Amino acid sequence: MKADPRLHHLTPLRQTPFHPRIAALNRHQQWGAWAGCLAALNLGDAEMEYTAIRNGASLYDLCPMIKYRFSGPDAAACLDRLTLRNVSKMPIDSVHYTAWCDDAGKVMDDGTLFRLGPNEFMLCCQERHLPWLQDAGWGFDVTVQEITETVAALSLQGPCTASVLQALGCDIGNLKLFRIARFPFAGGSLMVSRTGFTGDLGYELWVAPELALPLWDALMIAGAPWGIRPIGTEALDIARIEAGFILPNADFVPAEQALREDRVRSPFEVGLDWLIDWHEGHFNGRRALLAEKESNSSVWAMVGLDIAGNISTAGSLIYHAKTFEVGYITAAAWSPATKRNLAIAQVKRPYDTIYDNKLWVEVYALRELQYVKIMLQATVTPRPFLTLARRKVTPPGAH
Amino acid sequence: MRSCDIIVIGGGTNGMACAFRLAKAGHRVTLLERQETLGGGACTVEFAPGYRVSGLSHVLHMPDARVRSGMALDQHGLTYAATGLATSALADNTLIFKGFSDSFPDQPNWTALASKLVDFATVLAPFRAMTPPRIARGAGNDWMGLGRLGLNLRMLGRDRFREFMRMILINVADVLEDDLTDDRLMGLLAFDATLGAWLGPRSPNSLILLLNRMACGPLCLPSGGMGTVARAMENAARNAGVTLRTGATVARITTENDRASGVVLTTGEVLPAAHVVSAIHPRTTFEVLVGPQALDTGTLRQSRAIKSRGGAAKLHLALSGAPAFAADLRSRIVIAPSVRAVEDAFNPVKYGQVPDRPVMELIVPSAFEPGLAPPGHHVLSAIVQFAPHAPADAALARSTMLHNTLNVLEEHAPGIRSQIIHAALLMPSDIADRYGMAGGNWHHGELSVEQMLFLRPFAGAAQYATPLPGLWLAGAGSHPGGGISGAAGWNAAERLLEVTG
Repeated sequence: MKADPRLHHLTPLRQTPFHPRIAALNRHQQWGAWAGCLAALNLGDAEMEYTAIRNGASLYDLCPMIKYRFSGPDAAACLDRLTLRNVSKMPIDSVHYTAWCDDAGKVMDDGTLFRLGPNEFMLCCQERHLPWLQDAGWGFDVTVQEITETVAALSLQGPCTASVLQALGCDIGNLKLFRIARFPFAGGSLMVSRTGFTGDLGYELWVAPELALPLWDALMIAGAPWGIRPIGTEALDIARIEAGFILPNADFVPAEQALREDRVRSPFEVGLDWLIDWHEGHFNGRRALLAEKESNSSVWAMVGLDIAGNISTAGSLIYHAKTFEVGYITAAAWSPATKRNLAIAQVKRPYDTIYDNKLWVEVYALRELQYVKIMLQATVTPRPFLTLARRKVTPPGAH
Repeated sequence: MRSCDIIVIGGGTNGMACAFRLAKAGHRVTLLERQETLGGGACTVEFAPGYRVSGLSHVLHMPDARVRSGMALDQHGLTYAATGLATSALADNTLIFKGFSDSFPDQPNWTALASKLVDFATVLAPFRAMTPPRIARGAGNDWMGLGRLGLNLRMLGRDRFREFMRMILINVADVLEDDLTDDRLMGLLAFDATLGAWLGPRSPNSLILLLNRMACGPLCLPSGGMGTVARAMENAARNAGVTLRTGATVARITTENDRASGVVLTTGEVLPAAHVVSAIHPRTTFEVLVGPQALDTGTLRQSRAIKSRGGAAKLHLALSGAPAFAADLRSRIVIAPSVRAVEDAFNPVKYGQVPDRPVMELIVPSAFEPGLAPPGHHVLSAIVQFAPHAPADAALARSTMLHNTLNVLEEHAPGIRSQIIHAALLMPSDIADRYGMAGGNWHHGELSVEQMLFLRPFAGAAQYATPLPGLWLAGAGSHPGGGISGAAGWNAAERLLEVTG
């Protein structure tokens, strides 16, 4: 029986199709809200969960991620006009990372675009954009729908994940990075894309919601020899910082949500300008971005920082020569893999390129109920902080 | 080698004024008009054999002074059958209304109110002849000009300025009911405020439309109908060297290197140009001629949000004799007996329905000059409000509208039904089809506060330049809006010349 929609307030956060399994494992009931869904922050031990990402096989519930379907003869043309990259050139069954802007050339969101057929795409992102995307489809022969709740997705990440999938019966030996394969599963179909948010070898698995629990159970059995471990968001966040990936509403404010005039950011200002295909013809924000490029008027830069010590610098302000403010940290973590204190930061230009070792991070560290102000030296460091060959190698080595 | 510097799309009065101004500045200009004759909404049509009437707009505020003198319209054939046209407000007793000097019971009240409104209209009038300012840093506004206008406003004096601030966004009905008592006069002013708008007199912001109208100057009637204005402008444009092409329908605006590069006609003919100026409806320009491929989503979103609901129908009657109105036939006759009558005529169109008792402005052009109808016969031209722009059943709405309109006319001109030789009623959708005015709105987008000045047609295109480099707007959809004045076209040309040096 369908739930009475008027009673939605009784369960203000939606439970994903994997909820029965994750709830049973969530020993400390550590939940957060992600796009209106209950999402586990950790399942008891974030450090061990991180270790599973880098040394074994981790399983993460991706269902809350917002998904849109673009279908129709003009789907590619519509997406070419919508996003920064060239979509028409994408091979079928491939994926690319992309972003899109408003008219003023400010980033609205980033995400992954899946080409599922000549005229069929899936766009996955962090925030909701249906009115904008449907308006972007106006004048094109394309249908834009939100399909978030009609797809169940898991992220399987870690050096052993290829072995886990082989054990599950999916021959992904020749599946290259950013490609898609399909396998029969439990009377339905399992779509596997070699994608992820960890910078490691990994796959994302897509099924109909009714196959969610059978897929989970099958993976837990197939992955047992490799110690497959369900994880929460905290572990993933460390991995994504090591990989240098940015998150909307963490590292930048999406243009449509920004209330303050100076909070919006262009692709140049969040390090996404490499996505722009200037040759593909017109796309949203192109004129504003070209003007920004030609006048070199970007204000901010998104940089990686290597910070002295091991104290987390999340949210801290950055000073030049300890005297004036030049930026702020948007994400930070101690990186177990690189043994460095890492951060992603917004720094006002040109301080992102002045390598005079004069950037200092002002940290307020809580020491037994008392904040202590600490100045830590920071060094601009290229992202990703961690590059793993196994992410790309095909066929992936056996682990 | 380009065949011309600038292409102007749309041969209405704004298109011609713009083309003329650009040609005078030394550009090679080609004007493209879909119809076989130039003029757009300024035209004289033979709606029945031997009966001619202005096809759409039928009385003229004096054209924009820059257009009138710049194009030397008087030397190119524009003559008037009447100037300083008086108005007869038909009710139980007809009110003859010429302006401020007449004697009628409500006159002292009207004189006081009119003096206020005229002051307001006078300080607002210069805005009509300038590029709207842009609310942004480094927008290159004409701060000197704006400063002068701001100063003019302050010069109204403290009390007048306070009244201005109180009244500028108010509805016209409240103002009339505060200050006047004569239903006939109030009905007339309520009608004038909402003529051509999609507002009732009680709709917010309706007073500003009355001020806008008062800023447009006195009413006159061109000899031979509105087509005469078009012919004069056409002659002036041709003499200035504009290449005029009629029967040339633009299929799309082409782009090259991210700027407008010319047009393609429906015949397939390609016409390149350095600039393309569109004097047709902004929605048609962006949504049909340019299309989504070359425009940002936000721009199209704004274009699609342009409100362009037409609320006026046009009635043409061929009559076998003079209609028996209790009024001078050589005046503008308004049947809008009270504010309530106007509001009641507006209410049904909100729901796509036809009013029982429409209000209207009518003239009998054949009473002013011979040649428009066979001897002894007459033509009547009426703008009838309000008509639904998208009724559920278009044919039923048209026949009901005609029936209800003739009922009202019969009350004021007994026997007029039996005099009718031919009747033609254009509903807003007919006007949309015939004159290319999306939604049937005569102003190419409703004239209302939220679509005025720097919001006309929308913020990103309000200074005649559009987000697509090389594409300009010059039609009634741009500031200061419609009417047979050529002001928008002239402003656009001035802006183009200023920006491109």
